[in-house]
Amino acid sequence: MEGLSRRYGAVVALDRLDLTMQPGELVVLLGPSGCGKTTTLRLLAGLEDTDTGSITVGGRDITRLPANKRDMGMVFQAYSLFPHMTVRQNVAFGLRLRRIGAAERDQRAMEMLELVGLTEQTNRYPHQLSGGQQQRVALARALAIEPQVLLLDEPLSALDAKVRAQLRDEIRRVQLEVGITTLFVTHDQEEALAIADRVGVMREGRLEQLAPPVEVYSRPATSFVAEFVGLTNRLAGEVRAGQLTVRGCTLPLVDSATPDGQVVALVRPEAVTLASHDAPESGPLVGTVIAVTFLGATSRVTVDLGDATILAQLTTADATALPAGSRVALTIRPDPVLVSAGSDPAVPLSGEEV
Amino acid sequence: MAAVTSVGETPLAVPARRQVGMQAGRRRRLNLFRYVVFTVFGLFFALPLLAMARFSLEGAKLGTWSLTAWRQIASYTSSEGIPPLISAVEITLELAVITSAVMLVLVVPTMIWIRLRVRWLARAMEFLCLLPLTIPPIVLVVGLGPIYDKIAHLSLSALMLFWVYVILALPYAYRALAAGLSAIDATTLSEAARSLGASWFSVIVRVIVPNMWDAVLNALILTWALVLGEFTVAFFLLYVNLQVELYSISRNTPDAGVIFSTSTASLLFAFVLLLILSYVGRRRRASRG
Amino acid sequence: MAVAATTRAGARPSRAGHRPSVPPWVGTVPFFGYVAVFLLWPTGIVVYDAFKNPAGKFTLSGLTALGNAQVRGYFIGSFKLSLISSLIGAVLGAILAYAVASGNPDGVIRRLYLCVSGVLAQFGGVTLAFAFLVLIGPVGLLFHASWYFSFPWGITVIYAYFQIPLMVLVFLPAIDGLKVQWREASESLGSSAWQYWRYVGGPLLLPAFLGALLLLFANALSAYATIQAWEDAIPYTVPQQIWTSMSSEVGLANINYADALALGMVVLVAIVMTGYALLQRRAARWLR
Repeated sequence: MEGLSRRYGAVVALDRLDLTMQPGELVVLLGPSGCGKTTTLRLLAGLEDTDTGSITVGGRDITRLPANKRDMGMVFQAYSLFPHMTVRQNVAFGLRLRRIGAAERDQRAMEMLELVGLTEQTNRYPHQLSGGQQQRVALARALAIEPQVLLLDEPLSALDAKVRAQLRDEIRRVQLEVGITTLFVTHDQEEALAIADRVGVMREGRLEQLAPPVEVYSRPATSFVAEFVGLTNRLAGEVRAGQLTVRGCTLPLVDSATPDGQVVALVRPEAVTLASHDAPESGPLVGTVIAVTFLGATSRVTVDLGDATILAQLTTADATALPAGSRVALTIRPDPVLVSAGSDPAVPLSGEEV
Repeated sequence: MAAVTSVGETPLAVPARRQVGMQAGRRRRLNLFRYVVFTVFGLFFALPLLAMARFSLEGAKLGTWSLTAWRQIASYTSSEGIPPLISAVEITLELAVITSAVMLVLVVPTMIWIRLRVRWLARAMEFLCLLPLTIPPIVLVVGLGPIYDKIAHLSLSALMLFWVYVILALPYAYRALAAGLSAIDATTLSEAARSLGASWFSVIVRVIVPNMWDAVLNALILTWALVLGEFTVAFFLLYVNLQVELYSISRNTPDAGVIFSTSTASLLFAFVLLLILSYVGRRRRASRG
Repeated sequence: MAVAATTRAGARPSRAGHRPSVPPWVGTVPFFGYVAVFLLWPTGIVVYDAFKNPAGKFTLSGLTALGNAQVRGYFIGSFKLSLISSLIGAVLGAILAYAVASGNPDGVIRRLYLCVSGVLAQFGGVTLAFAFLVLIGPVGLLFHASWYFSFPWGITVIYAYFQIPLMVLVFLPAIDGLKVQWREASESLGSSAWQYWRYVGGPLLLPAFLGALLLLFANALSAYATIQAWEDAIPYTVPQQIWTSMSSEVGLANINYADALALGMVVLVAIVMTGYALLQRRAARWLR
């Protein structure tokens, strides 16, 4: 996709977006509502027109092709199964349109249903299935026509948390097994990081970063990405001659060419470690535990430093030793840190409301 | 599965101006279809009305214009003091008000109550509300005879027609109200209100109904349209309402023009009244949203 | 009086919560009671009287009268007119409903057409017949339609005037119920517009369409005033004949006959309405 733009009246949904996908890869578009990720998907599907730019698939320009002539399979967020057809008929629908004979249709439909793990309920109607089962059928239906590209529009957003996690891995498994180029749209960063080959973080119609999940997480390109993906601590600091000083610690910078001045450093909670003994009376790295949030294997500890609040992520075993009220000393691991110009950590850098 | 090729390998030239997309083209075709449909149907519905209006302004010689037919409405009197037409209009308006009020009080709480507490009766109510549309007024009149004989002991006024009119209005009003009720999540709203301590009465009157105003207004409009246009039942039960009065005017006057002027007048009257009602609704909506 | 009972019942639901012995359906009694008195009872009276002779004894003579050829003619006339006018109304009304539905949901046109439909669905009887008389009757302003007084075509055109708006009112919600995702899914799977309507949109709308058709049919069956005002010399339909027999000189003996005719109508309508109810259930499951 090259130079795609889309406006709705005064609202710019997409601003000259460029995106190239490799064969067989799963790209996840991640971002808050209104960032343009769904618009991108729909442009690719042909359900919307682009104002500028072009879309090419396999060397062929499909920008002007109507949706029903593009070779794409699409899975919607909800309600897309035809209620008057059984599961089997739904899956076979695309094949029926291509005038494939009944016997062969049936066989391919069963193959697809087997692929998504739904061989039992083939004669049921959509309203008799659970949300997760419906989405599996939708996936089977989209794949049955052997499209060049698979498009998924927040397919898990309408499901329960447990089903969501299960189905997410299922989708990835199927995608790898089939080897199909896939574009997946979501606002859930955990989903994105878990299954993507590459993650594209979008904001206000632009791609902020397009990189493998590890990179997006540990080397965010912009402060928006740093804050949208994972939790971040915002701490006041100072840059001098390529060195960052935060509360008395010297930390390496992601971008060594950062100019001098007051900055806000974005530090991940897991880079912060706490110790309760040897805690000096006071200092920039001494504080009191306010709260401990139990998350299962890890726990998140909120520490009050007097002039700032910091989050630390520890194993639960370590965290139980630090109940609320204990005095702790912090160390910040020297991971490369992204900074943002500006001196007030309280101001949301990415302009977002929490 | 077949191998899949890549996306977006070779970019082509980017045109600077706006592209003509498939969706835009489809939307244009759809709009053309819509305008054609609206025009054709608009003509079909407007022409008879226009013809009627034109005829009512016809003079002694064909092709001339004259207000005689209209003046005759105003001057039509009988031995009584107030022209019967005026009193017929009054009665019909009062009927409209009473019918609407009774219908709303009867139907709205019941609908909401069924929706919230007695779901299994919903289909029965829907069925009963649709029935009057299909039972011929003639049949109804035949069966209503004995009942209205008893009612005549209570009051001889034509206002007693409201008992039947509520029934006649049910199909239209119910549809409008049901659409409004199903558009809101009545159960959740009522549970929230109840948990805050509201009685069922408050739930219905203060929580659910205000969220249904559009539908209520719709139902009111339909009910008024019905009452203003009703003829058969009133006629056979020997009451005088607006349409019956117009009918008897047209039968008693040898001049053909009066028929048309009275018909046009009643239609215009109904239209204006309903337009006013719908504007009230729009202002409410504007002040809310 | 029923009105007072209604207000009392309005308060009853609030007390039902405190007295567990009162089941919730009691709150619906005012409504069902009212309908029972003013709708079901009169219908019941008609049915009952159809089996009574003037002396008050049970008889089937009214029913046997229904068997004669003349009466059959009335029923056939009613049937023909209703069928044709409801088919025309349903098809044209569906097209108009689609045009309205596919536009802006909050727009002026939609609200206008809905308001107009509400009014015109009521507009019948005397005034309507006059309007058409003036338009295409013997001295018609537009032209003189030689078929104007022919049955059923002349009167069908007039019936269309309220059948089409009724169709729009009844069918519009069904079209609204077609989810946009179905269209998009269908297209992304490769269907053309025609294929979408043939395999998805059409079948989904079919129950609602048939249901609406039945409703229009029943509506045409019951119509009286319009056709009477159109041409009152010869009765073509059953409602007209009911009126004729009720107002004829022979008087009392014919009440039974009128009741029998009414009974016939009620039975016919009951069958139609049952069909409608069944179709509605199917439509509601898919399109709600």
